[in-house]
Amino acid sequence: MAQKSYAGVTVDVNEEGYFTNPSQWTKEIAVEIAKEEGITLTDQHFAIMEFLRNRHLGGEALSIRSINHSGVIDVKTFYQLFPGAPLKKATKIAGIPKPASCI
Amino acid sequence: MKNLAIIGGGTAGTTMSNKLKKYLPSNEWKIMVIEREKEHFYQPGFLFIPFGYYTRNQITKPSDRFFPKGVDLINKEVDLIIPDKNMINLKDGTSIDYDVLLIATGTRISPEDTPGLKGELWQKNIFDFYTIEGAEALAGFFKTWEGGNLVINIADNPIKCPVAPLEFSFYADDYFTKKGIRDKVKITYVTPMSGAFTKPIASKFLGSLMENKNINIVTDFFLGEVDNANKKILDFGGREVPFDCLVTIPLHSGDPVIAKSGLGDEFGFVKTNKNTLQSLNYQNIFVIGDASNLPTSKAGSVAHFQADILHENILSFIKNEPLKASFDGHSNCYIETGYGKGILIDFNYDTEPLPGKFPVPVLGPFSLLKETRINHLGKLFFKWMYWNLLLRGRWIPIPSKMSMKGKIAD
Repeated sequence: MAQKSYAGVTVDVNEEGYFTNPSQWTKEIAVEIAKEEGITLTDQHFAIMEFLRNRHLGGEALSIRSINHSGVIDVKTFYQLFPGAPLKKATKIAGIPKPASCI
Repeated sequence: MKNLAIIGGGTAGTTMSNKLKKYLPSNEWKIMVIEREKEHFYQPGFLFIPFGYYTRNQITKPSDRFFPKGVDLINKEVDLIIPDKNMINLKDGTSIDYDVLLIATGTRISPEDTPGLKGELWQKNIFDFYTIEGAEALAGFFKTWEGGNLVINIADNPIKCPVAPLEFSFYADDYFTKKGIRDKVKITYVTPMSGAFTKPIASKFLGSLMENKNINIVTDFFLGEVDNANKKILDFGGREVPFDCLVTIPLHSGDPVIAKSGLGDEFGFVKTNKNTLQSLNYQNIFVIGDASNLPTSKAGSVAHFQADILHENILSFIKNEPLKASFDGHSNCYIETGYGKGILIDFNYDTEPLPGKFPVPVLGPFSLLKETRINHLGKLFFKWMYWNLLLRGRWIPIPSKMSMKGKIAD
């Protein structure tokens, strides 16, 4: 397993850079990962990341559709906050695994 | 007398009614199935209708033919489940009490949830093939179509039978080649996933198959809206794909009665224990097939493998014993690739589809993750197995637990 250092802390990541242990995540770490993705985090970013983390830790699957039910933002805003591939970027910055859509 | 009620008489509900009738003593338990439809469709057959290989009559039989004797078929619509009272209200104003409830209400497409999808081009240039009406309308369109941009789009997961859109694109390549207009039909596969499929080894295999068949693929595309005037689909980030014919796999939801009864997640799928298949909220409610929120395929093969373990757990529950039987997420799909060939994949919650032979090591006769004629024949033969074995809860020569036998894992 690979390791990476953010904000002076060493964390476990997979080959794509996603956290394998979400409990190692902190907000300071998130700010640094976001920089790598070219994103400056705002309160809105943190609010939706909190939703994603809670959902993941509660054992529920993450999907773009579920963002509309977050009560935080809608999908269009999600795309503006994390341009390109928002769910992939947001989960990476939020320190949780990349969502594997069910098949 | 105690009551076991099954809501839904599709693949999962019908199979379970046959299994439970066999195992529950008739002098103690009354089994009833509530199903509003009078026809039972062989749903894997929908794929073949747009290309004229099957007609409606060839994949339809009366539902009541497949329930065992002694099971009460209630041909009515459910209005509400009231789990705290162990009661089901029907739309005609009557109600049913149950001791054990099995939910087998399936999933449905909800095109109305995407702006513009059910707009003026619906069933003119935009078609689904997940309903009999959609598949038949598309068959009519293809007959006289002279070519253009054919776009196959999955709005978002989860969808029923996740390999069907791939099969559709392979069949389209085959069909328009035989018609002599393949050079006039540009086929584009637009998916929310990052590749042809979710699991890495199968995705790589299927991706190169698409390339060989000259099918373009657009990935990471989450359908936001359909622009009818300019014949374009747009994702939430504003990316556009133009179409002349859009074959849509719309968003899927659970039966509205699940959400109305407060049993569902935000898409109306019942929150279910992924191993025991018991409802997470009510001990005397079990869930089978597409109606659940389990992280596995919504497919008939999955319902079949679930049925193999679920009757054990229902019996244990009735006897007040711990639920010991565990579902492992096993899924098994034939994927038609056109030109009389097919591939086969077999996987579960933890193990992705791998190459090898199935079900017997080395001998097969089926090959995993490889295009062969015998895999295609397996798929055609499955229609017979479906009507005669699967629905009737009889033995099928595939074990319910996934096996690593015959598989090659690096």
